[in-house]
Amino acid sequence: MQFWIIQTLNSLALGGLLFLLSSGFSLIFGLMRIANLTHGALFMLGAYVGVSILKVIPNLWVAALLGGLAVAAFGGLLERFILRKLAGNSLGQVLVTLGFAFMIADLCLIIWGGDPIPVPTPPELRKPLVVAGVSFPTYRLVVVVIAIVAAIGLYLLMERTRLGAMIRAGVDDMQMARAVGIPVSKLFTIVFCLGAGLAGAGGIIGGPILSAYPGLDGEMLPLALIVVILGGVGSLVGAFVGSFIIGFIYTFGIALMPDLAYVILFLPMIFVIAFRPRGLFGRMTA
Amino acid sequence: MKALGWIALAALAAGLPLYAGEFYVNLTSQILIAAIFAAGLNLLVGYGGLSSLGHASYLGVAAYSSAWLSLNLAMPHWASAPIALAFTTLMACLFGVIALRATGLGFLMITLALSQVLWGLGYRWVSVTNGDNGLSGLTRPAPFGINLDGATPFYYFCLVVTVFALWMIARLVHSPFGAGLRGTRDQARRMAALGHNVGLVRWLTFVYAGFWGAVAGLLYVYYHKYIHPTALSLTSSAEGLLAVIAGGSGTLAGPVIGAAIVVLLKNYVSAFVERWNFLLGLVFVLIVIFMPDGLVPGMKRLWLRWRGERR
Repeated sequence: MQFWIIQTLNSLALGGLLFLLSSGFSLIFGLMRIANLTHGALFMLGAYVGVSILKVIPNLWVAALLGGLAVAAFGGLLERFILRKLAGNSLGQVLVTLGFAFMIADLCLIIWGGDPIPVPTPPELRKPLVVAGVSFPTYRLVVVVIAIVAAIGLYLLMERTRLGAMIRAGVDDMQMARAVGIPVSKLFTIVFCLGAGLAGAGGIIGGPILSAYPGLDGEMLPLALIVVILGGVGSLVGAFVGSFIIGFIYTFGIALMPDLAYVILFLPMIFVIAFRPRGLFGRMTA
Repeated sequence: MKALGWIALAALAAGLPLYAGEFYVNLTSQILIAAIFAAGLNLLVGYGGLSSLGHASYLGVAAYSSAWLSLNLAMPHWASAPIALAFTTLMACLFGVIALRATGLGFLMITLALSQVLWGLGYRWVSVTNGDNGLSGLTRPAPFGINLDGATPFYYFCLVVTVFALWMIARLVHSPFGAGLRGTRDQARRMAALGHNVGLVRWLTFVYAGFWGAVAGLLYVYYHKYIHPTALSLTSSAEGLLAVIAGGSGTLAGPVIGAAIVVLLKNYVSAFVERWNFLLGLVFVLIVIFMPDGLVPGMKRLWLRWRGERR
């Protein structure tokens, strides 16, 4: 019983982290038609920057906020000064993001070294929550709550604000959006910062579960890609549902058949690509 | 003039062990292996307009299956090589069906996701791949009783395979099928309207490219006598893609020159600084920004301009 509860919570927590990662990826792809391959590296960068901030300010939430902002600023610079130069050349943009992913990963290795750095769980959340004789790891519950809050926040941003309406217009028809005076290029920067910031904050929030180690980027990027392929590019709902599906499959896969957990990731992806190439909630093909 | 150049190149390649030391002979073998890999990938990227970021899958799976067969079943090379090639090609058939449901960035994302899954499998499926320790204790084959353990015989072996591979790839490019492939890259809908089966053309190219990736994988595992999950990594795929793009995608010579550049950079620069991944990323960014059509077309352009000015 305890096994199933723990694994279910692990799945939900991983799903929550994947949502923080893949929602940004999906938004960037939807608006800018860029498959941002730095996304895994930004997640890892967030984790490492957070580790350094924690040494100065021992509060995980402050570290997540500052780390997220730092990574967002980095993303903004990348978009403004590099990707902007290659507008219209989507393959070139992807290759540049791949190049930066390699550079970021190697810089992290230089700065923070090759050993995994554990991130302590905030002391107030260390005690497991005991309900009816069954104990739940509190931190994982909190991660799920954060992801749900982030999802609601993003939903309200996209559906209920002027900025969101402009972004949706840009996703649907960029030329028409430009023609009616929407500053699409400014939206690009905003969305890229937002996506990068979410990934960075996700990295440090995931720290107590995953810790910060070289190769974290390579572990997270394919999961985010599979989530987005599964849920459909540009769709927040798709990223949300896809994240939790992959969170469950991956966690239970690792727990029940550790050798082949990666193969099990194939299955939902192949199924969706075969029967619904747009993804579960996608409106456009990648 | 052109024939003379070819003869000079052939003499240079055939005579290499006479004037170069063992280190350079081995380095050239590595370049040849990388050239087969890149030339196969170039069929997809350059001639098919399908940018794959998962080509290391074929190199890695062929290398792993050859290693596994000889270690676990004590299979001789004449049996394990064709089985490894067939198995990998079969996998390419399957991956092609999946990845070609999309084109453009979707294709890139799916190939990347598939190869990352295999990379994770390389690390995690310890009972087959021996995880992070890799598979060691492998041997090189001895075709017709010729021992390939020395640098020079192995170099000639690679040279023969590479020349054959490049010839086969050039044959495909210059065939009507190759013309059709370029058609599906430039005007997929018109090609479909003309009655060409665009999906089939792309799938066959995908499988063919995967097959040459597998050939490169066999040479790779023979060369190193060792295989590690890094062969399946994104870095490995990216090195191949960089070779194609740096040399000039959609040209026959481009991937070979690009492979030489990548291998030389990797070996020389890594000797001074241990930051190959950083450099790989930097070169990617610089090439895309400053020489987007690659070195071979870029140089050709400069050469034509220079000749034009002289006249």
